[in-house]
Order: sequence, then structure tokens, then C-alpha cells
Amino acid sequence: MVDSLYEIVEEPIEVNEIIKKVERREAGAINTFIGTVREWTNGKRTMYLKYQAYQPMAVKMLQKIGAEIEKKWPNSKAAITHRIGELDISDIAVVICVSSPHRKAAYEANEYAIERIKQMVPIWKKEHWEDGETWVGDQLEKVAYPEGSPDVKDVKK
Amino acid sequence: MIRILLFADLQEKMGKDSLAYECDSITIKALKEQLKTAFGLFEIDHVMTAVNEEYAMEDDIVKSGDTVVFIPPVSGG
Repeated sequence: MVDSLYEIVEEPIEVNEIIKKVERREAGAINTFIGTVREWTNGKRTMYLKYQAYQPMAVKMLQKIGAEIEKKWPNSKAAITHRIGELDISDIAVVICVSSPHRKAAYEANEYAIERIKQMVPIWKKEHWEDGETWVGDQLEKVAYPEGSPDVKDVKK
Repeated sequence: MIRILLFADLQEKMGKDSLAYECDSITIKALKEQLKTAFGLFEIDHVMTAVNEEYAMEDDIVKSGDTVVFIPPVSGG
């Protein structure tokens, strides 16, 4: 295989290329998640976003998520690509593809992947709003962890 | 020397993306205290830490030659 299954890229993501990475004769399902840039969040308008990553560790953590998936859902195969840099509204930020013999595992594993990404992959989003800019701490637009400090146990397991 | 990499709001606050800290070995907890004292980097209490690309605990010891990265709450996806 030439292409890596887990990548951080700066160019637009071609969804079909990610799908192809998980195609297999034993698969009966390929589930694809496409994360896109949202314009409105709780009444605030986003003009564009910037993503930054600690690239070598981000790739390593994506690989770890892939390994977790193969363990939890045997015979499944995942591929994840996340884009960084400046993204406009509706641009694709992340694509997760999971193939499995039966569909249930592909659905479940795909959701697991995005939840883990939001927990432990060192990628940061900077929202450029109409009226300012913020580094986003989590998807509720807070800037700190819910308990005030992060729970390392979640990411080291 | 310990190499420290900064991202997101920490990088903006410091106005740079890396620091060099002269020291043979130190716990992450103590290193954070040093950075708070030296630069007023109080946000550092609320970030995770990675040593050589793996998440680390507060009591872990980092040594000269290691790369320490402070990981503010992540927001990929």
C-alpha cells in the first residue's frame, strides 16, 4: 500500500481516495463520515477556520485510534484524514472511513473514531468569527476541559 | 536541554512556538511551575502534556534531550 491510512494534510481532501483505502473483498459495508466547517454556532457566525496540528503526534494518535478500532471491531479497517490550515465554510475538515463485513460495526467504529479524535488527537481549531477570533477548547466552544483539567487516563488507555 | 513546543493559545501568548529549557531532569509538574513563574503562563495548569509524542502524567520525569509538548484542549474533527 502506497498511501498511508492515517494522514494530516494541507490540501483539500478527496473523499473517494479515503474510501478506496478501506475497500476489501470481505467488506459488506463502508461507512464514511465527513466533517465540514459549520457557518453558525449558537448564533455566532464563522467566517473561516484555521486548524493547527502537532503533526507527528497527531498521526501517531490517529494510528492508535485505528488500532483500537481493529481490536474492538475485529475484521474492520479504518482510514482517517484530517486537513489543517485555513478552511472556508463547508470545506471538509476530516474524513473517516471504516469498512467491515457487516454494517453495524462500521457505523459504531466510525462514531468511536470521531469521539476519540475530539478527545486526544493534537489538532486545534481557531474560529474566526464576524467579531473576533478564539482558539476552541472543545465542541461547546469552551476554552477549558470540563473538570478544569484534562483527564490523562482517557488518552493513555 | 529540554525542548518545549507550544501550540494554539499558548503559542500566541508566548509569541513563539518553542522554548529551550536548560536542565538535566525535572518532573512535568515542576516544569509547569517554572513556566508559570518565568512567563506568567497560568493556562498551563489546564493542559495535557506529551513527552516525545506520547501523553504523560504530571509526576513523570523529563530529561535533557526530551521534547515536551503542552497540549491545550484539542478541537479537531
